[in-house]
Amino acid sequence: MTETTAASAPPTDQISVRNLTMAYGDFVVMRDLSFDVSPGEVFVIMGGSGCGKSTLMRHLLGMIEPATGEIFYGGESFTSASREVRESYLRRFGVLFQGGALWSSMTLAENIALPLEEYTGLGAAEIRDVASLKLALVGLRGFEDYYPSEISGGMRKRAGLARAMALDPEILFVDEPSAGLDPISSRLLDDLILELRESLGTTFVVVTHELASIFAIASKAIFLDTVTRTATAIGPPIDLRDHSQDPAVRAFLRRGEEEHE
Amino acid sequence: MSSGRGAGAAQAQDIAKVSLQRDGDQLVVGLAGTWQISAHLPGTTAVEAALESPPAPTGIEFDSQGIEGWDSSVLTFLMGVEDAADERSIPVDHAGLPDGVRRLVELARAVPERGTRTEEPKGSPLARVGGVGLKIYDGAVGELEFLGEVARAFGAFLRGKARYRKSDLRLLIQQAGADALGIASLVSLLFGLILAFVGAVQLQQFGAAIYVADLVGVGMVRDMAAFMTAIIVAGRSGAAYAAQIGTMRVTEEIDALRTTGISPMEFLVVPRVVALVLMMPLLTVYADLMGILGGYVVGVGILDLTPRAYIQQTINAVNMTHFFPGVIKGTIYGLLVALAGCKQGMAAGNSASAVGDAATRAVVNGVVAIIVACGVAQVISYVFGI
Ligand SMILES: Nc1ncnc2c1ncn2[C@@H]1O[C@H](COP(=O)(O)OP(=O)(O)O)[C@@H](O)[C@H]1O
Ligand SMILES: [Mg+2]
Repeated sequence: MTETTAASAPPTDQISVRNLTMAYGDFVVMRDLSFDVSPGEVFVIMGGSGCGKSTLMRHLLGMIEPATGEIFYGGESFTSASREVRESYLRRFGVLFQGGALWSSMTLAENIALPLEEYTGLGAAEIRDVASLKLALVGLRGFEDYYPSEISGGMRKRAGLARAMALDPEILFVDEPSAGLDPISSRLLDDLILELRESLGTTFVVVTHELASIFAIASKAIFLDTVTRTATAIGPPIDLRDHSQDPAVRAFLRRGEEEHE
Repeated sequence: MSSGRGAGAAQAQDIAKVSLQRDGDQLVVGLAGTWQISAHLPGTTAVEAALESPPAPTGIEFDSQGIEGWDSSVLTFLMGVEDAADERSIPVDHAGLPDGVRRLVELARAVPERGTRTEEPKGSPLARVGGVGLKIYDGAVGELEFLGEVARAFGAFLRGKARYRKSDLRLLIQQAGADALGIASLVSLLFGLILAFVGAVQLQQFGAAIYVADLVGVGMVRDMAAFMTAIIVAGRSGAAYAAQIGTMRVTEEIDALRTTGISPMEFLVVPRVVALVLMMPLLTVYADLMGILGGYVVGVGILDLTPRAYIQQTINAVNMTHFFPGVIKGTIYGLLVALAGCKQGMAAGNSASAVGDAATRAVVNGVVAIIVACGVAQVISYVFGI
């Protein structure tokens, strides 16, 4: 049996990062990052807090300019592309920010409707239907008319994911899906990510430091090291845990193991 | 050397004590007594002095045999000792400390989190003056960039291309206009009253009390109604805009707009500017009337002028060359207040207190801008004889 859902969609682009150095003014956050993310992959950016994970995600989204180095989508340079070209990429990205970042003056349905109004020619009734569907996919059927302040943090995150999925993006960026969530909600979110990847072929770039998440979802991970300020390991997380050359990486991926045994 | 505070014998035994001894070229710091953060905290001056006194020790050891109890006060003291030793590159041996203390000290001294805060260069007074100059320059550039972006967004708005929600605009108009009527009424009425009293004191001396109507009418319509309304709006809407937009920055809602391809300038700033620019003229006209009513109350109620005379005098005094400049000024003040509020919101930092600061700055900048604009308007009208 062949999946028909995403088969008709064009294959998503590979993300390539070459010699990327990220800095705020004179302060270098990370230097010399090079990696590739293949279509359909769940790519996890991991590392201690404050090491520059969110900063890397913002670079991939074009919200911050690299100090040096380049980012490519499908072989085309994103860094040196014109403003118009970059905006056309936004149509193909979905982003879930750390706290959900739902627009607080709008209901959940309106939150999801906004990107649809922006980029599609759908009518109001159709948009409403699509919004309801997306909410149902994240388990929020019937919450269309709630405001973000009226739901819990975990629900807000899921609603944020529904909004990020509004336009069936090719690449979904997710910042700390489990931050501030209880283990069960966090598991549900992980399952949702895997499900979306399976059924829609979406590429995921996920920032997280939660081990459970990393092992559950990542097909490939990059470890940003605070001390050396560069990536010290790239690969499937289980390989990194067992075979990484860098003791810091192995320690990061094994932390807490003793207590569990 | 003991560092007790001459307390009673029973208590003296309990109090935290530090003793210093030399053991060859090592300095032995003895800790004794009960260390309590709520009680006395020994300083490190004595330790520093001992580190300086020749022959300088080459290492520090601890003797904590006499310690009876401790909390984080002992850690505070030890960190001071560590810093003093670090300054002189003298190694510190933690072996003599109680186990818990040793682990906590090592924890506190682990590699510090690297921060992005760049130290403010202290430098010479001249360099500092230069620094202030550069800051002002950067501020001015930021201001111009913001204005440029607003202008571009406004262009899109006028061409009907701006992306914003009509329902947001309606709500903003209601908040800026209708919701401000109560306070605007109160303030303008009282201000009319005050003007009338101030005028009456002088004018009655010449038996010219009827001219209170001129003073209040012209004063309110030409300047004061717009001015007072603008001050109120700066406190209400200006602060609210900075807080709303600043909060949206903290919660990454603005970033979410950007990644959805929607310009925050069009979506957030333009509707707020439009709302205030539309509502300020109306509020000004309303305040004109309330101010005149205030003058009327004083004129008729206290100065014994007839209602007819007061109204007739007002109608004769006030004309369109007072009315239009007043309304135009009000509109300009509204624009300034909205820009100050939105600018501070967009430039707010990433914390709750930064949002508070932004709201404060929005009000202060708004009020200053109003007063400067008012001054400029006076000069212009004087020079051109309007
Ligand atoms: N806007 C900013 N300006 C200056 N420094 C920043 C800014 N945002 C983040 N930083 C700094 O950059 C580093 C990386 O931050 P971030 O990418 O948010 O870390 P995390 O890995 O926790 O997501 C941190 O040291 C942080 O203090
Ligand atoms: Mg982060």
